[in-house]
Amino acid sequence: MSIEEMNDGLVGRGNREGAALFREWFAELHETAHRGGPAAYVFVMGSMNEILKTFDLPVVFPEISSLQTAVRHSAHELLEVAEDHGYSPDICGYVKADVAVQIRGGKHPMGDLPRPALSVLTNACNTYIKWAEIWERMYGTPMVTIDIPGTREGGGQTWSGNGDFEADRRYVEVQIRELIGTCEEVTGTRFDIDRFRETLGHANTMTRSWKRLLELNAARPSVFNALTDGTVYLGVANGFRGTEAGARYFERLVEEMEYKVANGIGQSIEEKYRLIFVGVPCYPIFRRFNELFTDWGGTFVSSTYLWFASGGFNRGFEYDLDDPIASMAEGSLISVRDGMDSMFHQDRVAMDMIEELGVDGVVYHPIKSCRTVSTGLADGRRHLTEQTGISSLFIESDMMDRRVVSEAQMKNRIDAFFEGLASRRKPALAGREG
Amino acid sequence: MTPPAPSTTTDRVFPEWRGKSLDDALLECRDQVESADFQTVARWREAGGLVAGHFQVAFPEEIVHAAGMLPFKVRGAPVEPNLADSHFGSYLCSILKTSLELALSGRVPMEMFISHPICDAARNLAAIWGRNFDHPCQILYLPQNPNSAGSIDYLRHEYDRLRRLAEEVSGREITDEALVNSIVVFNENRRLLRELYEIKREQPWLIAAEDAYALVALAGMMPREEHNELLSTLLPRIRERDARPEDRIRVVFEGGFCEQPPFDLIRMLGRTVYLVDDDLLIGLRWLTGDVPLEGDPLRNLAWAYIERSSYSPVQHDLRKPKERMLLERIEGAGADAAILAAAKMCEPGLEEQVTYTHALDEAGIAYFMSEFEENMTSFSQLEMQVETFVENLLFA
Repeated sequence: MSIEEMNDGLVGRGNREGAALFREWFAELHETAHRGGPAAYVFVMGSMNEILKTFDLPVVFPEISSLQTAVRHSAHELLEVAEDHGYSPDICGYVKADVAVQIRGGKHPMGDLPRPALSVLTNACNTYIKWAEIWERMYGTPMVTIDIPGTREGGGQTWSGNGDFEADRRYVEVQIRELIGTCEEVTGTRFDIDRFRETLGHANTMTRSWKRLLELNAARPSVFNALTDGTVYLGVANGFRGTEAGARYFERLVEEMEYKVANGIGQSIEEKYRLIFVGVPCYPIFRRFNELFTDWGGTFVSSTYLWFASGGFNRGFEYDLDDPIASMAEGSLISVRDGMDSMFHQDRVAMDMIEELGVDGVVYHPIKSCRTVSTGLADGRRHLTEQTGISSLFIESDMMDRRVVSEAQMKNRIDAFFEGLASRRKPALAGREG
Repeated sequence: MTPPAPSTTTDRVFPEWRGKSLDDALLECRDQVESADFQTVARWREAGGLVAGHFQVAFPEEIVHAAGMLPFKVRGAPVEPNLADSHFGSYLCSILKTSLELALSGRVPMEMFISHPICDAARNLAAIWGRNFDHPCQILYLPQNPNSAGSIDYLRHEYDRLRRLAEEVSGREITDEALVNSIVVFNENRRLLRELYEIKREQPWLIAAEDAYALVALAGMMPREEHNELLSTLLPRIRERDARPEDRIRVVFEGGFCEQPPFDLIRMLGRTVYLVDDDLLIGLRWLTGDVPLEGDPLRNLAWAYIERSSYSPVQHDLRKPKERMLLERIEGAGADAAILAAAKMCEPGLEEQVTYTHALDEAGIAYFMSEFEENMTSFSQLEMQVETFVENLLFA
């Protein structure tokens, strides 16, 4: 088989299959909505999908369905509906888009969404709690909080065997057992521990693959765009977490990326500057936003988004199938905590990425909608600059609200950033030549 | 462990009110609270005392108190965030910036700083402070699932972790006996604050809104023993005041759980209505009854947090839907209306406003909605709006 023929089959397969899985997922939700079947509303940081899939519950990730409205250019209408309902322009756009979808009876650009039979949330983002309270009031459905204590102080994580860690783990385990009880009530189905082991096994395959995927992008040239391709991978990682389809997808994705690394096949542009992205993408102009960087030969080789929005999959925690519930508690604690660390202590994450991935610049994108991610970015950037002297760009906009996205201003800043990168590189090159 | 520095709790950090008439004593209280100098804390430090800063909302002050430290409520201040501004981006509430400003500018040095995951913005603070100061800057993970059977055990352990940290910082062992002694002091303080609010609800004409606020706020910036002295001296004198009720509407203020409205805004409201109840600095009044003294003190504190506590938009508890709690507060205070305020850019406050308005609409209770910022200086338009709201109610 020629390289061209292999390329035809392999290169780009992850994006094609990811898109197909997305369509399947939303078709299932549409069908559930019309059948009146139960569905769980969950969030990307600590979805507990391993448990929900054990009960065959379809899952709605409102963060993902909301961002889809921005990518599909219908978010602004939904934001207006929610604001007419009393919600402030200054709160999370994901919440408002979802509220509007609920007010409209679940009508969504990708199909109808079912109502929640229960919602499951962690405290990884406080807005999760406020958001679920809205559904609780709208529908009177159970709201289950899984409170996962995070790192208390930068660099101060504790691990298995430490008394403080064990106290946190016990707390999470009690809550997971309570969630199982609620799922039994909602679905009328007894918890099947062997089925649970199966979902954990699939999740293990996925997290192993996810970790490998991130490592593979250390290649030069990098093999996937952490911003655009990464968003597709994130969708599958969340929606299909703990499923056979998800596990298969990621094994095949790793195969594709390993092939690209082996054959020196990079992203679709010539890689001149290797960048990392810190924050949440600008979905209202998603494609254009990326082009503002790729036009200069800038490629995103990683992002904190791939860490926290995967619920800490990057950590690579694999469940012990012999002790599944206790292990799920430990894994949730470690992974979700890691997700939180990559937001609150992003400077540490960025420092590691710079070293491991050979990064030329850091792009910070704080957004109006998400204070969890954005509040510490300016300070983190100051700290990172002091520690490493690396070039960085700080641009503010939003992930949903096009009213605060100014493409022209953004372009000016991005152009200036690349001009700076280029001028920094010139003396270095001149030095080498001399 | 290193022997502790001599306790400074017997020294007085706020002597100015003593020996004065009630009005003059209250004036001194207002001056202390309005000032961004936090003179009481400076005096505490000058006497060799250590300071444990704790960000809004609730905090088990007893634990650091038992280590001989001053629990200082970090609640922002009316200052320009000249140094802090560059540490933050846009779309953020003011209290984050002015709180950091207090520390960066050296106005209020601290030996430790604790924040809580109360909201998306504030939960970043421990990391931000930690990058800028050498002293411990940590998150105290108060449970966000108080409905779980595991929450009290978990919180007891988290309080024990705080105890160990406070011991390390203060160099003083925190015995159970010391904790019980601190709980006694704070139980008394909470009892006195409940009495103050009883006066606000039952005879609001006896105390101006801003005076009541100043009396509460002082709790967060001076030793509680001394604050207990202040309240137990002034409250009986307030009750004895010869003042007559006026024809004003009775209003509950909701939205002061974290960032504080400017002092002048409270003063303005107090001129227009009777503020008969509120959630201003609710963290200082978070526990609604005495913490038991028998048994394990840390478990008792944890139990009280879960089982005997108030409400706010930053704590989810299935047993305490916020709209129902607000309606109870309004009913309990015999209020005619509510002011639903939110600090600018305060996500939980702004989200809760929607729920509150729907609940009050349903209950047929009038309300006035507003946003504020701690550094606001002009209130003329707001005052006119409030007056119009009040007139509508009075002459409806």
